[in-house]
Amino acid sequence: MFQILDIKGSINFLRHAAPISILSAILVVGSLVSLATRGINWGLDFTGGTVVEMEFSKSVNLETLRSNLTEPLVAGAVVQNFGSSRDVLVRLQVREGVKSDDQVRVVMAKATELDPEVVQKRVEFVGPQVGKELAEQGGLAVLVALICILIYVSFRFEWRLAAGSVAALAHDVIVTLGVFSVLQLEFDLTVLAGLLTVVGYSLNDTIVVFDRIRENFLKMRKGTPEEVVNNSITQTMSRTIITTGTTLITVVALFLKGGTLIHGFATALLLGIVVGTYSSIYVASYLAIRLGINREHMMPVEVEKEGADQPSIMP
Amino acid sequence: MLNKYPMWKNIMVVLVIAIGGFYALPNLFGEDHAVQVVATRGADVTATTQSDVSAALTAKGIGIKRSELENGQLLVRVANAEDQLTAKETIAELLGDKYTVALNLAPATPEWLESVGGSPMKLGLDLRGGVHFLMEVDMSEAIRKMEEAKIADFRSQLREERIRYAGVHRTVRGIEIKFRDAETLSQAERFLKSRGNDMVFSDISSGDNVVLLAVMSEAYLKQIKEEALLQNITTIRNRVNELGVAEPVVQRQGAERIIVELPGVQDTARAKEILGATASIEFHMVDEKADVAAAANGRVPAGSELYQRREGGPVVLKKEVMLTGDHITGAQPSFDEYSRPQVAIQLDAKGGEIFSNVTKDNIGKPMATLFIEYKDSGERNPDGSVKMRKIEEVISVATIQARLGRNFVITGLTHSESQNLALLLRAGALIAPVSIVEERTIGPSLGAENIENGLQAMIWGMVVVLAFMLVYYRAFGVIANLALCANLIMVVGVMSMIPGAVLTLPGIAGMVLTVGMAVDGNVLIYERIREELRAGRSVQQAIHEGYGNALSTIADANITTFLTALILFAVGTGAVKGFAVTLMIGIATSMFTAIVGTRAIVNALWGGKRVKKLSI
Repeated sequence: MFQILDIKGSINFLRHAAPISILSAILVVGSLVSLATRGINWGLDFTGGTVVEMEFSKSVNLETLRSNLTEPLVAGAVVQNFGSSRDVLVRLQVREGVKSDDQVRVVMAKATELDPEVVQKRVEFVGPQVGKELAEQGGLAVLVALICILIYVSFRFEWRLAAGSVAALAHDVIVTLGVFSVLQLEFDLTVLAGLLTVVGYSLNDTIVVFDRIRENFLKMRKGTPEEVVNNSITQTMSRTIITTGTTLITVVALFLKGGTLIHGFATALLLGIVVGTYSSIYVASYLAIRLGINREHMMPVEVEKEGADQPSIMP
Repeated sequence: MLNKYPMWKNIMVVLVIAIGGFYALPNLFGEDHAVQVVATRGADVTATTQSDVSAALTAKGIGIKRSELENGQLLVRVANAEDQLTAKETIAELLGDKYTVALNLAPATPEWLESVGGSPMKLGLDLRGGVHFLMEVDMSEAIRKMEEAKIADFRSQLREERIRYAGVHRTVRGIEIKFRDAETLSQAERFLKSRGNDMVFSDISSGDNVVLLAVMSEAYLKQIKEEALLQNITTIRNRVNELGVAEPVVQRQGAERIIVELPGVQDTARAKEILGATASIEFHMVDEKADVAAAANGRVPAGSELYQRREGGPVVLKKEVMLTGDHITGAQPSFDEYSRPQVAIQLDAKGGEIFSNVTKDNIGKPMATLFIEYKDSGERNPDGSVKMRKIEEVISVATIQARLGRNFVITGLTHSESQNLALLLRAGALIAPVSIVEERTIGPSLGAENIENGLQAMIWGMVVVLAFMLVYYRAFGVIANLALCANLIMVVGVMSMIPGAVLTLPGIAGMVLTVGMAVDGNVLIYERIREELRAGRSVQQAIHEGYGNALSTIADANITTFLTALILFAVGTGAVKGFAVTLMIGIATSMFTAIVGTRAIVNALWGGKRVKKLSI
């Protein structure tokens, strides 16, 4: 049998944990700064407005179309290519006293002047009120997800591990959002779905490591917490690489072949899976160690003494 | 003996996968071009209709693939798109306007499969094209209507009890009832409360102003909103049926919104006009005593209101509504003996009774038909909701000649107005105006493109993952790959089985992702087996331990992913919900195939035998 990682002993992952966690902290802070200053490029789903997607029979000059869209009804329209040079996307803002139907009509009329065979492929209109609600709901969803997970992991494992996993998840969400903010990628509903999937996936990874940590604490009676964690990460490394690999393969396939409508979704997943895999080691496990996880915490509940859930003074 | 499944477990695995596969089957057959016939009010689709249609089509030389009569609707399948169009025209001509004839694509599932409940996955609008509307009900209008009804109630109740009041008015605070003295007020308050008016009364008198304020109770307000939403849904459903769209969706979303999905519709303007129009009619008595000229200058008598006639000129009508459009059960456009357009109206029993009483008491007096319509004004309120404009016009004033019953006619409309009014009245009036707050139109070509893209991504991802597993785990890789394929088939099968599940583009993404993540279970198990082998365990022991130890990890990991999918499903809308559904199903089926499915094969191949080396 051939093995991607053929390891006899265990790799000392945690040796680099301190410097790497500084890198994580920088990433998180950087993301937060970008989110605060540049903000997120919210898509139609959240801002409201109208989007018209059309396909021309030949490639068209966007500049010409743009300069034709100067009527007050459609002023400020954003015109861009979408997938190919023949596919064009026009974004229009909600304007007081203007019907989206009329805006669409003007845009299509101008497009038809350029190319009589232009086909209207998609029209989406979202009221600003709906968008706002959606953004609130989306944020709430991520929060609820994190809380549910905190409860589940606390219940199944131990609060230090739960805190570690939630910190790792928050880390993943913030960094992924940060990249969307820095690159000003459009954040629409599918990206939100992608983000929640990242939460699920990253947790998946963390749980696998934690499961091993719990098992090893009970098996390796003499190991220090660091040794146990290092051992657990090493033992699950093969699996982590393979599963991350196969998932990445399918997400890359989605990114390349899935079409422009789910590009945002695939991007969020790509980022999230990479960040999530790394954070399950350097954020989740490391934090649990720093919180003072040890063998006693992993003992079956029956023998748990009073105060066992308090941080231990002994390392 | 280690690693032997009892027979029942093997049978169960085979059975579960076979059932999944069986229900996935209908997806292989594609779709037939079809024509769908639905009866609108006052007509029936019967076996006679079916044979008439068949005869007419055969006479035109159109071959019928299959013709089904189900749930009061007829579905005729034909060979191709060309036949479909001719067939539609032929049928529409044959049946007339009491039926809606629509083009449809019907799943070409063979009858034997259909008879056991087999049907293909339903495709979301993003995959087949169509319009999606999110509509918001104007609740303030619904409340206003109820308050006005309450005012009428108060007046008649107080009069009945001979309690003298000075006036009843609607204000921003609620309904204010004025009295001459405090004693009558408390008497009225006691009486009105005893009649269970669902209102909260409070004395807001100040000085000489003796006023009783009536405000709707919280529970009543909630009930009004709920009823307004439900009635609007029913009405919109009726209207959608009148539009002749195949397989439309009308659903509530939250407390004030309605989702409407019309697959295959491209003419959004017409759809909007019919769906959003809140035209209704009311019958009022003309206030004959009023001085029209004075009223036009602003001196309208109390209890009356000034309106404009459609053809021009003011008219004063009594505020009291004799009859509302709610009681109308049928309306057909036709022409009178002078070939002027008219609408023949039928009322329900209660409406007929009311109308009969009203007309009996008012023979020889003029009665007006008031046409009320709410239109999107194109403007928006500061909060982003659409401002509606209320248009009220008197379309006819006629002298009541005799006591009228449940059938009568309205005249004074143009031809197209009579057509539209009849359609809207048949479909019922919206209790409160609705506005479109979200609209998504997906062209059919984009839908097809989306399916194509999704399938491409799935095939590419799948091929690479299968190849990798095969190379890396050899014999066990083959088993994992079998599980993966079985898993995909089962996802499709379950999606087809669940009536509410809809496949969307993000749903396909969910399936692709499932392919990538489903191997996780197997990878965890196999890595565990390898570890045990390295640790020097015997082959049988290693398999046993590998599966056993990986189980709790797989369960924990999947339960948490399932939780996030569940949250996505709860808060998400449309496409995101579609993604969540496929993800949840994928997690459940992949756990089954990865743990139980592969174990069955492994046990069958190696269980209980002397094996020196495993191909893993």
